[in-house]
Amino acid sequence: MSRGKPPILSPLLVCAGLLLSACGGAARGGPALTVYSGQHEQTTALLVAAFEKQSGIAVSVRSGDEATLGNQILQEGESSPADVFYTENTPVLEALAKRGLLAEVSASTLASVRRSDSSAQRDWVGVSARVSALVYDPSQLASTQLPASILELAEPRWKGKLGFAPSETDFQPLLSAIVKLDGTATAERWLRGLQSNGRIYPDNEAVVNQVNNGESAAGPINSYYWYRLRDETGSRGTHSALHYYAPGDPGDLVDVSGAAVLRASSHKAAAQAFLAFLISRTGQETIAHSHSYEYPLRPGVSPAAGLPALSALRPAALTPAQLGDGGAALALEQKLGLL
Amino acid sequence: MSTFAPAQPVTSRLTRTWSGRRRWPLVSAVGATVAAALVLLPLAFLVIQAQQSGWGEVERLLLRHTVVVLLWNTVRLTLACTVLCAVLGVGAAWCVERTALPLRRLWAVALVLPLGIPDFVVGFGWVSLEPGLHGYLAAVMIMTLSLYPLVYLPTRIALASVDAGLEEAARSLGLSSWQTFWRVTLRQVRPAVVGGCLLVTLGLLAEYGAFEIVQYQTFTVAIFTEFKLGFDAVGACALSLVLVLVSAAVLGGERALAGRGRAWRSGSGVRRIAPRVSLGGWAAPVLAGLTALSGLALGVPIGSLVYWMLRGSSSTLPSSSILAAVGHTAEFSAAAAAVSTALAVPVTALAMRHRNRVTLLIERLAYLPMALPGLVIALGLVSFSVRYALALYQSSLELIVAYSILFLPLAVVGVRSAMGQASPRLEEVGRSLGCRPAAVWRRVTLPLIAPGLGAAFALVFISSATELTATLLLRPTGVNTLATQFWSYTTDFSYGAAAPYAALMVAISAVPAYLLSRRMSTLARMRPET
Repeated sequence: MSRGKPPILSPLLVCAGLLLSACGGAARGGPALTVYSGQHEQTTALLVAAFEKQSGIAVSVRSGDEATLGNQILQEGESSPADVFYTENTPVLEALAKRGLLAEVSASTLASVRRSDSSAQRDWVGVSARVSALVYDPSQLASTQLPASILELAEPRWKGKLGFAPSETDFQPLLSAIVKLDGTATAERWLRGLQSNGRIYPDNEAVVNQVNNGESAAGPINSYYWYRLRDETGSRGTHSALHYYAPGDPGDLVDVSGAAVLRASSHKAAAQAFLAFLISRTGQETIAHSHSYEYPLRPGVSPAAGLPALSALRPAALTPAQLGDGGAALALEQKLGLL
Repeated sequence: MSTFAPAQPVTSRLTRTWSGRRRWPLVSAVGATVAAALVLLPLAFLVIQAQQSGWGEVERLLLRHTVVVLLWNTVRLTLACTVLCAVLGVGAAWCVERTALPLRRLWAVALVLPLGIPDFVVGFGWVSLEPGLHGYLAAVMIMTLSLYPLVYLPTRIALASVDAGLEEAARSLGLSSWQTFWRVTLRQVRPAVVGGCLLVTLGLLAEYGAFEIVQYQTFTVAIFTEFKLGFDAVGACALSLVLVLVSAAVLGGERALAGRGRAWRSGSGVRRIAPRVSLGGWAAPVLAGLTALSGLALGVPIGSLVYWMLRGSSSTLPSSSILAAVGHTAEFSAAAAAVSTALAVPVTALAMRHRNRVTLLIERLAYLPMALPGLVIALGLVSFSVRYALALYQSSLELIVAYSILFLPLAVVGVRSAMGQASPRLEEVGRSLGCRPAAVWRRVTLPLIAPGLGAAFALVFISSATELTATLLLRPTGVNTLATQFWSYTTDFSYGAAAPYAALMVAISAVPAYLLSRRMSTLARMRPET
């Protein structure tokens, strides 16, 4: 093994060079506004582009899973580089508000949407909403077999037919709604029923995929998952349909997506301007046309074509504030060993 | 005739002064200290967080029926997967390295590649192929197929550098070829095999993503629930300490199994390089076995990527941003692989050549990141950098440091696989002939352990290229890697648009695997033909 320079040295030198160039990239400065976003990435990109064009403020977006971003902000605390946190669900915003990490949203922004769609303490503003529904496989279930209430899914006749995702962030609000409207005892009985009837999936993407594949006959999801899957697979690949429960049922739940300004933000004015833009007519129309299939919350802006109007569904009268941070639902799921 | 190294050190004055059994070489000491400090960082974060939790809270989280079930699930999965990975990894390494296998270069690369496929693609590939695939057996199969390269690669490196003279002596003394393999060959490569198995075991303790898709719940599920639904880092960290305890037990047990970790020869004469065994009638079954293994581990996930590209309506020609993502992925992964490998060398060298309580402890510590969920390590870095190094927060450098910590265990096993065979006697000869320590290192040690460095580099590079959790938290805002882009499209159901990113992850993982394999073939040219 006689050779001059061991060949391993040259790759190492190249890598040292790369490392040095990476150090150079550490320089800060950059954009005026940093948005941490747990929302649909493509929708966020459209919104940010429109905002930059309108306001001239440069925005950089950090996309991620909202729970992970929430934990990141908790660790960052006062030093958080985030100015705005835009999420798909509100429990994570409530968790940050509880620790005093959010600033008050300006009154004019809050006034643009219904009072009940935002934080009661003015910590965050509701931006868009999704409604929960049942995805089902029409080849396995006749329309007469579909439930009027989500509570029916715990009945023995659903044994072996259901799929659900108890660890999904969208599942807790449903359970919270049942706790709120029917009491903890009913919620626990319902969850036990679901547990014995259903197959457990990791997330709602899996629920809707597997109902579409025919593995499960039905599963509770938010309606937008089904629309997005339909966009990807096309009408020929869609072998499932959506069913809404009777008006006022806890299963007809509206999940709000919200945005907040961080208390530690050093660009509060720009951050408030971004929130104002999200619920402006332009912002809300961007959401409606972004194929995210969420409902704009500003009165007078209609949702994407094909979505049934929220008012027609007459969802359960529960506000995000009433649903809280989902602690009761979490405790119940842990008690039953679902988490 | 060659023998294993004697247990007692050679006590010539020369040896003692140079290798300094009491005084560590300065560079190694500094390197190992840096490595230990980096590994202790997330551990300190865990302890600080967990301390804030009262005993009552820990009790509520730990003493639940679920936790017992989850721990049992973790243990039985880990046991089965580790054994299977050991069998597949050693078997594949032996076939590639020691037999006249047709298309060997192709197999050498293909057998490493499953490591470069994101868990999500593997899980999704299987579930689309067989929707009913859930539970324990599915988890065992999927994890074995994606983790066996962790045993295969180090074992292959070690096999390439063992002395065939020993095997010939064993055969001449009447041992059958199977007995020789079991009692001589396997013993020589034991540090590499056991090191690889250790990676599999520890990695499974902390695995999360892959099990979601086959609905197999392990202990990490409890940790992630606290993070994701309870927003409770304190509870999550208290639970993670349980993983640290379990890994400490595993690491203690492994020390007993791997022995003193050296298998160099101390006899006279030149090392005999093993001739490649002709497969004869075994060629067909061996080829069928390797084809089945690669078909399951590579074919299924790649098949599902192709299906997505062809069928998904979101499939478009990838935009120019895909090139930027390739660039970032390659840059971050290569830098992290270089750092991890550079840190692993002093850690391993000290533990093998200057064995004492401290150097051994550092080596054991270096394995710990493998047993911690990536999220814990990444949040630990977040917490420290916002307090003490804000200028570095969310910089490329911090992401590279994160990868280097996360994958240091892989680098240590890679380096160890070659260093176990590199005799310190050769270094002593170099010194006695008047070379300075630095020159001995460069001219003697480095060429001897080069394949191990290559393996360490390849393992870290491939793992970094598919890393998602730490990347999402620590990447510079606005910078995308292949993994983040892939994630962003799949969470949106845009599987067609996501597929090219996953395909590129596999493709760039093939680069270090190929380079390593080419370098090993250079070594093999010195091999007598059969």
